[in-house]
Amino acid sequence: MSNFSRSLAVLALAFPLAAQTRLTGAGATFPAPVYQKWFAAYQSAGNVQINYQPIGSGGGIKAVTEGTVDFGASDAPLTDAQLAAYKAKNKYDVLLFPTVLGAAVPSYNLPGVTGELNFTAQILAGIYLGEIHKWNDPKIAAANPKVKLPDMDILVIHRSDGSGTTYCWTDYLSKVSSEWKSKVGAANTSVEWPTGIGGKGNDGVAGLLKQQEGAVGYMELIYAVKNKLPFGRVKNKSGEFVKADLKSVTAAAAAMKEMPADFRVSITDGAGAGVYPISTFTWLLVPAHYADSGKAQAVKGFLHWAITKGQEQVESLEYAKLPKAVVAQEEKQIARIK
Amino acid sequence: MASSSIAGSLRHRANRGVLARLRGGDEISYLVTLACAVLIFVVVALIVAKLWGNSQPAIRAFGWDFLRTSRWNPNGGKFGALPFLYGTCVTSAIALLIAVPTGVASAIFLAEMAPPKLSNLLTFLIELLAAVPSVIYGLLGIFMLLPLIRVYLVPALKSTFGFLPLFQGSFYGVSFLSAGLVLAVMVIPFIVSVSREVLLAVPTEQREAALAVGATKWETTWDIVLPYARSGIFGSIFLALARALGETMAVTMVIGNTPKITASLLSPGYSIAAVIANEFAEASGDLYVSSLIFAGLVLFGLTIVINALARILILATSQKAATA
Repeated sequence: MSNFSRSLAVLALAFPLAAQTRLTGAGATFPAPVYQKWFAAYQSAGNVQINYQPIGSGGGIKAVTEGTVDFGASDAPLTDAQLAAYKAKNKYDVLLFPTVLGAAVPSYNLPGVTGELNFTAQILAGIYLGEIHKWNDPKIAAANPKVKLPDMDILVIHRSDGSGTTYCWTDYLSKVSSEWKSKVGAANTSVEWPTGIGGKGNDGVAGLLKQQEGAVGYMELIYAVKNKLPFGRVKNKSGEFVKADLKSVTAAAAAMKEMPADFRVSITDGAGAGVYPISTFTWLLVPAHYADSGKAQAVKGFLHWAITKGQEQVESLEYAKLPKAVVAQEEKQIARIK
Repeated sequence: MASSSIAGSLRHRANRGVLARLRGGDEISYLVTLACAVLIFVVVALIVAKLWGNSQPAIRAFGWDFLRTSRWNPNGGKFGALPFLYGTCVTSAIALLIAVPTGVASAIFLAEMAPPKLSNLLTFLIELLAAVPSVIYGLLGIFMLLPLIRVYLVPALKSTFGFLPLFQGSFYGVSFLSAGLVLAVMVIPFIVSVSREVLLAVPTEQREAALAVGATKWETTWDIVLPYARSGIFGSIFLALARALGETMAVTMVIGNTPKITASLLSPGYSIAAVIANEFAEASGDLYVSSLIFAGLVLFGLTIVINALARILILATSQKAATA
């Protein structure tokens, strides 16, 4: 049998499947690798086929509000205005489901400095406000007594594209520095940077970082780990310098005293033993009502799977797992989908 | 003889029925080509209408201030596109300043001087350059061009032209200059391959006539062939300019993405296409999205204005050439 007729046969077999319920989603790029893995695993276990387009959080919010996809995904929790806009358009609510956790880490290119640098909130805010210019600034030296810091200019690098990593980073800075809050504003996927140059994507930031001695830039934990880039420890609210890893990021979520019922929460600048302070959830955006009851069942089935069995697969991709308490609370919210 | 027989057959065809005339193909080809031309117009009109409609919130909020102010603050809801407009113009100008002389000179060599086999081989290679995806140019820019610029070009520029504000200040690799250079490499193939075709299309009689009255080969090329091909060469430059104005990926990777207006070409900057590509996907809120779309409309307008200016320039120079 020729290749052509074989593929025709495959197509013919595939058609009855195509008639079944299928889900489409769109949104955040940061969790896209783990979502793709989940959807493939979920489908091969004999469940619905889910198609996900990583078009960015802004696009995901827009698409789910306009009803062009069955669910959206976002790295930033929806604002009150976005929730109201959704309700005004659709007459029912959109529910947020945290799926995995990520973190932003400060990476640097400092010749002659081996080992990890310590950063405090004051240091990071000072650098990104353009107020700390030199690596041997007394504030940096005080946090790193054992390191011989060079008399070198600091070049600040930030993301140029709108991203959840920037949201997490600026969320942290606006919490720890009132000056940042008044000059730059609240957390956002893009902000008006007081200083520095912009790189497109994690790879863009890493590329600039490698080129320029004395540079500092933030990036996703996953990217820094996979590319073996050096990154520093950050002092949390309890006064402990913590290096970002899967444990310290999950710890940041577990240290949340009270999870709000709608899961719209920021976990940056957390306190507690082993808590990494620049961590964040990422969310699926799911309508509370589906006109097609088959779709509602399919979405509920998948969400349940994702926060239970799906969690076993996330660490191999360097995403941090949800804490148990959050999973239990999400199970209750799944029942709200009709 | 020939012309009278064509006229005869046309008259004959005109006397036949509609079906027979259709079979002749004139009407069908007219309608098909007309439809294609109208389609292009419709697509452009739809783009403009959509851009105009979706940028209304930003137009109402900022009006002309959008083009006159320099703050781009998604948090505060203040958007001014002047630094992007500046960056687009500066990087395209650098690109053309380098690409036009280099490209036209290469085209002259390939069309007028090189042996045909070599010319075909080189043209093939240059056209390959046009097919390289722009993200590859961006990566080559970051990892190969930037170190070279840093080590060789910038020290040389600073030591010779350092007194000019254009080449002052600290250099971080990403800059207007780097973006302009990467763009130059990207647009040269357009200039070379179109200009070469245009030069080859100049009738041999023109060259023979010039040579016959005693002109040297270079005089023939410079005084006869180039003026004859002028409008085609300008066409290739427009194509290159349009590519430079709208280039997104390669520029955003090497320009530094900093919305600031500085005289120094060594400073990081930003361009319209780059900010749209960077921020559109994650932009939320009507005003923010609509400001990015407005920026797209501005880019569209900029392209039209520059093209119109260039056409006026050609008209002026060709009239001057005609009266001289």
